Amino acid sequence: MSRSTEILLALIGAALVLALAWAVPWLRFVMTIALAKGLAVLGILLLLRAGQVSFGHALYLAFAAYAVAFGASVVPETLVLLPLAALGAALLGLVVGLFVVRYREIFFGMLNLALSMVFYSVLEKFYAITHGTDGIRLPPTTFAGQTLSNEAQGWAMLVLALLLSLGFGALIRAYLASPMGQALAGIKTRETRLEFMGISGRRVLLAAYVLSALMAGCGGAVLAMTTRHVTPALAYWTASGELVFIAILGGAGSVFGPFLGAVAYELTRVYAAALVADAWQMILGLVLLLVILFAPGGLWGMGRALLARRRSA
Amino acid sequence: MGDWLSQNGLLLGLATLDGLSYAAAVFMVAVGLNLVFGVLRILNIAHGSLYAIGGYAAASLSLFLSSRGLPEWLSLPALVVAAALVGVLLGPVIERLLLRRVEGQEPVLQLLVTFALFMVLEDLQKLVWGVQPVVSDTPVRLLGNVEIPFGADTIPFTAYQLFVLPGIALLTLVGLAWFLRRTLAGRMIVAVTEDREAARAMGIDAAKVTLLTFTAGAALAALGGALASPVASLVPGVGAQTIVLSFAVVATAGLGRVEGAAVTALLIGLGRAFAVYFEPELEVVVPYIIMVLVLLIRPQGLFGTPETRRI
Repeated sequence: MSRSTEILLALIGAALVLALAWAVPWLRFVMTIALAKGLAVLGILLLLRAGQVSFGHALYLAFAAYAVAFGASVVPETLVLLPLAALGAALLGLVVGLFVVRYREIFFGMLNLALSMVFYSVLEKFYAITHGTDGIRLPPTTFAGQTLSNEAQGWAMLVLALLLSLGFGALIRAYLASPMGQALAGIKTRETRLEFMGISGRRVLLAAYVLSALMAGCGGAVLAMTTRHVTPALAYWTASGELVFIAILGGAGSVFGPFLGAVAYELTRVYAAALVADAWQMILGLVLLLVILFAPGGLWGMGRALLARRRSA
Repeated sequence: MGDWLSQNGLLLGLATLDGLSYAAAVFMVAVGLNLVFGVLRILNIAHGSLYAIGGYAAASLSLFLSSRGLPEWLSLPALVVAAALVGVLLGPVIERLLLRRVEGQEPVLQLLVTFALFMVLEDLQKLVWGVQPVVSDTPVRLLGNVEIPFGADTIPFTAYQLFVLPGIALLTLVGLAWFLRRTLAGRMIVAVTEDREAARAMGIDAAKVTLLTFTAGAALAALGGALASPVASLVPGVGAQTIVLSFAVVATAGLGRVEGAAVTALLIGLGRAFAVYFEPELEVVVPYIIMVLVLLIRPQGLFGTPETRRI
């Protein structure tokens, strides 16, 4: 797909999100959450390129969310909190990354899972600071110094999430095409050969890891400021599993996949929960099974295949 | 130090006993997971759900028996029967219908299939058994307490946790080690674990071995749940909790012998029990701290062998 087609598609997608949020007011919230998760999934996609699955990226999302929750009482300014929280997550990603990039496959996945579970239980057990499973309510935050109404704040968050998604989407697309991105794919095929060329597989993976933590941090910050309530459940391993789920649902072949997947995931979840309150998880699980068994390229891959068929016909 | 010991000696003894019985249940789940991973190369996330379902099934069977006025001692074999039923009914279905269909696909997709299965089973289990805690402690009451002399004091402990749980785990360990090394079927499993292609070339029916292994692994997870059901009440989420713990055990042990899973389960079980008694805040964290420390020093796990690098 050419570059101009992709830019056009991204703009159409953004317009669609805005139109949906405008037409159905409660969807504005759902769309913001979906985009926030999409940002984190973009990071998962980056690591998937290297053939590594992180089952603990909820750590960075939750870390940034709690950073915002704690920071909001000190500096209640959205445009200060968001970058600071995301940078904090990236820094944590650097520290953790230095350790986990030495491992591959299940060890990589399980170490990430273990560290996010450690963070989860810290959040849960240290009640005096974190209020345990009750979580923390966020005080209202200002936007560029302005105190906005609930309505306006909701729109501001959606637009912010949209801009971040477009920006990071473009960045990751460029990154994957760059030598760093190509080397990432090299880790998946045969890392030893990469190192024979004088490229350190660990460093390549570390760069991607920190970038993925930064994006998960952005997602977590947006999530916290949209839901205005953070709980340890954000860091539980199933939350990390959800991110990998979305990556596969959307399709790992393109930067559109994560956002397409996240929107589909959140919409399915909302409707399934309204339809059958006790079995929404089962419905999501069945959807995932169908996607893996019949459309391993995800929603994006499915769309592309349809398009290609029409063009050849 | 002596002072501390005399003050906390009882607690220390109790923590050790608790840790042993806890390790026994964890071992049952982890060894099954290890076995399945060895043959299928899939980390089965739904393995924890099988543990939960095994527990629920055992509790239901035991409650059913007592409601029929049948003798109480039947609740003990009922644990094993329930676990075997869960393994035999669910194992082959999952392996044939789902896992076989993604054979040879990308590892991420294989992993996610089991995650999807986990989500489905989790809700299914809520629909069948509800969200209220389920307790059935007939086996524990039946066997009563044992007074264990400990210095000048005695520690009261349930006979079930002292003898039955570790006993069955030990039996499983010895039986499994014997089965894998001395029987034809067991050696076939080992062969497929080592090198699937070579095993096939030697005329081993890898598909059959896979089916057998997965069923056995499922039954072991269910047995772990069944054995734990009389001492811990069953609530939604117990499967999710169990699976991450057994992941920690498997990653810490590394792939390899069943004894490795046993030693690691013991290490992590005792670590957790000590945390429960002395630093309750750390309870959930201890297994992961142990895992991270072990992997820092031995990246392939305590008992794993480092893989040779392919060029």
